[in-house]
Amino acid sequence: MDETLIFIFTIIGAGLRTGTPLLFATSGALINERAGVLNLGVEGMMLVGALGGFAISYATGNPWLGVAGGMLAGGILSILHGFVSISLRGDQVVSGLALVFMGRGITSVFGSRYVEIRDVPRLPTIELPFMKSIPVIGESILDPLFGSQNIVFYIGLLTVPAVWFLINRTRPGLYMRAVGDYPAAADSVGINVLGQRYLWVFVGGLFAGLAGASLSLAITPLWIEDLTAGQGWIAVGLVIFASWNPWRAALGAYIFGALRRMPLDLQAVAWLPFASNPILGVWLDMIPYLFTILALVISSREATRQRLGAPLALGQPYVRGERGL
Amino acid sequence: MIRFRLERRETTSRWLPIFTTIGAVLVALLMGAILLAYGGLNPMVAYGQMFKVGFAESYSVSDTLVKSTPLLLAGLGVSIAFRMRLWNIGAEGQLLMGAWAATGVALFILPETTPRFIMLAAMSIAGFAAGAFWGVIPGWLKAKMGVNEIISSLMLTYVATFFINYFVFGPWAVGGFPLTKKFPRNAWFPRLLDWADAIPFFRGMTAHIGFFYGVVAAILLYILFKHSKWGYELKVIGDNPEAARYAGMNISRTVILTMVISGGLAGLAGMSEVAGVVHRLQENFSPGYGFTAIIVAWLARLNPLAMIIVAYLFGGLLVGGDAIQPAGIPLMIQGMIMFCVISAELFTKYRIRIKRNAPLTEVSHG
Repeated sequence: MDETLIFIFTIIGAGLRTGTPLLFATSGALINERAGVLNLGVEGMMLVGALGGFAISYATGNPWLGVAGGMLAGGILSILHGFVSISLRGDQVVSGLALVFMGRGITSVFGSRYVEIRDVPRLPTIELPFMKSIPVIGESILDPLFGSQNIVFYIGLLTVPAVWFLINRTRPGLYMRAVGDYPAAADSVGINVLGQRYLWVFVGGLFAGLAGASLSLAITPLWIEDLTAGQGWIAVGLVIFASWNPWRAALGAYIFGALRRMPLDLQAVAWLPFASNPILGVWLDMIPYLFTILALVISSREATRQRLGAPLALGQPYVRGERGL
Repeated sequence: MIRFRLERRETTSRWLPIFTTIGAVLVALLMGAILLAYGGLNPMVAYGQMFKVGFAESYSVSDTLVKSTPLLLAGLGVSIAFRMRLWNIGAEGQLLMGAWAATGVALFILPETTPRFIMLAAMSIAGFAAGAFWGVIPGWLKAKMGVNEIISSLMLTYVATFFINYFVFGPWAVGGFPLTKKFPRNAWFPRLLDWADAIPFFRGMTAHIGFFYGVVAAILLYILFKHSKWGYELKVIGDNPEAARYAGMNISRTVILTMVISGGLAGLAGMSEVAGVVHRLQENFSPGYGFTAIIVAWLARLNPLAMIIVAYLFGGLLVGGDAIQPAGIPLMIQGMIMFCVISAELFTKYRIRIKRNAPLTEVSHG
């Protein structure tokens, strides 16, 4: 019995860890969308964040410098999107797509020399041996969940309330929502709409960069081409699923993480021989992607019942004096 | 003090978009060169080599046609959806499914002795149908439930990749390699080299009939866009969905029909790849044609005839890119081009006025 419990919670713990980069990416996308800018380029920003973080950690020996570098790389790429969509009033969908191509291309060109490297300085894992000694639930539940988690997992746990607080309880968050919902009204009371949008697009880019760096320095600590395998896109989808709410975004990210991780863990289960069969295992690999579609279907069902929290001016460039919100 | 001000253009000349696009591509190449130099590569050597291999050698035309074929077919496919601002970015998945279905027909359904014409026709239909099916799923979800088609079409691309992998690693694999056995000759597209006995110039040239599929599709679409009710509805729904609704157009039906054709053309691109180039199904046979097709469609401004030229140029970029290291350079340049083109749209929509000592209260008017 205990064995089973430990196994189940080990899987859940691994799923939470696997979902953490996605949690960062989803939070970032949520932030810039709340400010009215749709950035589909999360995948591209994650990739440059992952490679930037990996390269800087390798060069300096300090994974935290790597994280900072990865975040900055994502931020810089996001400014490009900001310039096109905010200043040049270009189509945000196409510009976001271009960001993905650019991120994939840049990391493919500059990443080839890092593919063989395995001994990159990684972010630390936090061991909490006392979890085991907690009575009743310690050994079978708490230890597999929290006994040995990478530090990014805890950063992720803190991010969710922090992002919620930022959006809903602070003045910068108020400005963010104002330029995302009623840019003309925000403009009329003296808020710098374009400046605010640049700021939050940049913050979204920092988060995407963090997502990438946490992937390459903690979760899958290596660099390969297309390391993110579509997670940036899934983040964009999860924002819709989350109806722009950070708590639901976290829920989606963790479920996705668990589904993504599960094929690996199920290989250990004796009575599920097909999971360890690499040929049949691909059917399990599809599940997270199908789940993303299912999540969108569910959230669109809800949308018919209630007005969901989509920012009103999402995707529309703001031009002072022109029609629109 | 100098101030820039944007004024919306009332009219756009015919040539302006072409000039801005060319200018944007040049700027993108320049930016790419700077990045390459920063990465320690000589951009002149890299570009020179790419241009030589892609466009200027004796096999260049044929090789470039081969690469441009899937770009043209899939590019036409996505452009149809883009016309009504339906963002089908899952062409890669639709292409993979088309290749899968065509392979199934060639290897497992029709006997080896099937006459070539029937074989190729059946493979084309199967490829189109499988791509259409993969495209209509996001279309149906969009039309009936309002599911974001960007995400769903892309997720289905990942699903398609795993689906293909199941077959090439599993039941269709031969000899432990991730590939199927070779198609019978009757399932090969005719290639230029098939006529090498009559015309020695064609010796070794692998360009195949798939490019004609693309050209015919481009012309057909051009006519349909101009003269059919469907083409008109696409444009109206794309420009103003509210007006289309008031005019009584059935938007759901148009969305679904559009995704059928869009996915079908991408599926045909996959069929043409297996019938014309690889002659079997194998892992990673497409280096992301379905994604590059998105840029091709955009660069051609969704004009089917312009797409023939743009697809050819991008085919050359891919052929040239194969000749240089590292392999990601064409991908990077594609991203730059897309960025610069979308930035350049500003100049076709707005006029930039430079004002000296402009009064601060002035606002732009629409």
